[in-house]
Amino acid sequence: MALKIIASMCTGCSACEPECPNVAIREKNGTFIIDPKKCTECEGHFDAPQCIAVCPVDGCIKKAA
Amino acid sequence: MSLTRTPAASASSYISLDDLLKFGKAVTDSGGGGCSTSGGDGKASCGSSDGPADMPPEIWEKVKNHPCYSEEAHHHYARMHVAVAPACNIQCNYCNRKYDCSNESRPGVVSQKLTPEQAVKKVVAVASEIPQMTVLGIAGPGDSLASPSRTFETFRLLQEQAPDIKLCMSTNGLALPDMVDEIARYNIDHVTITINMVDPEIGEKIYPWIFYRHKRWTGRDAAKILTERQLEGLEKLTARGILTKINSVLIPGVNDEHLIEVNRAVKARGAFLHNIMPLISEAEHGTYYGLNGQRGPTAQELKAVQDACSGGANLMRHCRQCRADAVGLLGEDRSDEFTLEKIEQMEVVYDIDKRRAYQASVESERQAQRAAKAHALAVQSPDAAADTDAIKLLVAVATQGQGRVNQHFGHATEFQIFEVSAAAAVFVGHRRVDLYCQGGYGEDEQLPSIVDAINDCHAVLVAKIGACPREELERAGIEPVDAYAHDFIEHAALSWFADYRARVARGELTHQARGDAAIRQGAYTAAA
Repeated sequence: MALKIIASMCTGCSACEPECPNVAIREKNGTFIIDPKKCTECEGHFDAPQCIAVCPVDGCIKKAA
Repeated sequence: MSLTRTPAASASSYISLDDLLKFGKAVTDSGGGGCSTSGGDGKASCGSSDGPADMPPEIWEKVKNHPCYSEEAHHHYARMHVAVAPACNIQCNYCNRKYDCSNESRPGVVSQKLTPEQAVKKVVAVASEIPQMTVLGIAGPGDSLASPSRTFETFRLLQEQAPDIKLCMSTNGLALPDMVDEIARYNIDHVTITINMVDPEIGEKIYPWIFYRHKRWTGRDAAKILTERQLEGLEKLTARGILTKINSVLIPGVNDEHLIEVNRAVKARGAFLHNIMPLISEAEHGTYYGLNGQRGPTAQELKAVQDACSGGANLMRHCRQCRADAVGLLGEDRSDEFTLEKIEQMEVVYDIDKRRAYQASVESERQAQRAAKAHALAVQSPDAAADTDAIKLLVAVATQGQGRVNQHFGHATEFQIFEVSAAAAVFVGHRRVDLYCQGGYGEDEQLPSIVDAINDCHAVLVAKIGACPREELERAGIEPVDAYAHDFIEHAALSWFADYRARVARGELTHQARGDAAIRQGAYTAAA
């Protein structure tokens, strides 16, 4: 269970990074990536994944296949 | 639209001089908007073009060197923005965060994001090179308070290295109430809040969502939270004596008339300036409004709303809608000279005494200009007051500063617009145009767009103008005037107006109303 950021859609705005309760998000080459080992999709923390809620680009963050 | 109605029965609904006088002292009773009741004698407003006589010294001290707060200062002092705050906590229908290309220029867009350390290095480099750079602003490209640690770290570092630079920031206001203590701690004395509505029903047409307290809010709920937070933040800043400017984006059919109510609401809470700006909504920017055909206002629509809000109000009319990484005087962007790579190569010596000396010389030049202008206006003001006819019209002016008609028509990248009546010539705005004269030759295809931009003006006052554009302007019904070259603008405008009315009186011409004008899209960058 984890989310991933579609790099080609990421604007690199960094809004998601501080919202992650698991500190799973970091910058890599100008855009951001989610560490799938740390991501819980915010279960147990919040009603909805915080990174998706704050991301300005619809569809940029999806469930990792 | 009913914008032509008299905005309110009493001038006390607007920002007045009385309110400003209170402002310098600690205004603490703003909780319920209580300071709205006692202002307003309708006399000389503290508008963007005012000088020291019109406001208390402590306020003048704060605004005199700030190009965004003082229309006079913007000819003498420069500001810069550093793009350290890319994250945003709301979505606006006029903004698209995805788009960033070097050809594009509008607020919310930058070419290079900076860390606080890089930003401070850049500011110090610019300030060493440009001694009139007196103000650093953090304006995004997202929201300065959505990633507050970067914003405040930048301010903290800069204060250590360049304590003479004034600090300001702009925000959408959502996070503002929680940040006011921090803002006060860093001596940030100017804060801009973008407030486009005070009614959630209108707000839901402007903001699709906000992110607040770990949740994405949409619709009316989102707009309600946003407006409450914005106004609470404004009240808290006022209580701390921090100057505030309110930016409002005029969106035709959405909030145009409503901005009169916004003006009233922010004035009641102690806002120092209200800046009403036209929506930028080119389809190629990919914003919701741009893609859905929401148009921006025409020049006359913008002016109608500004006029309706100006009954003694503190309206800013000289905003150039800069990018979040602009450098230089308003309307002159030098950011290309200060990219990260170039700064690395620079030998930077921050000499505060040299800067002070330079600024002192600017100050004495400014005093001299002010005195010369007052003299010119007092001594030989055309005797126009005798006639009480109600003609009121606009003239465009080509100027490169010093308050004079001193620019060649072909060299102008913008015109200042003055509204002239028998009683006064008043600055009401500016119009950007594409440069007509390039490499010594007139670009005839640019001419129609220039005519469009000043099509609501009866005359254009210039230092000089070529034969070809002269004919074209005359054909469009705009009188090119070079008879007042190098005169002070107000004096030139009143002189021309007296002559105009004399010609009307002699029957040489008939006074006719002019049409509307187009607002050029895209924020200001370099000179054309």
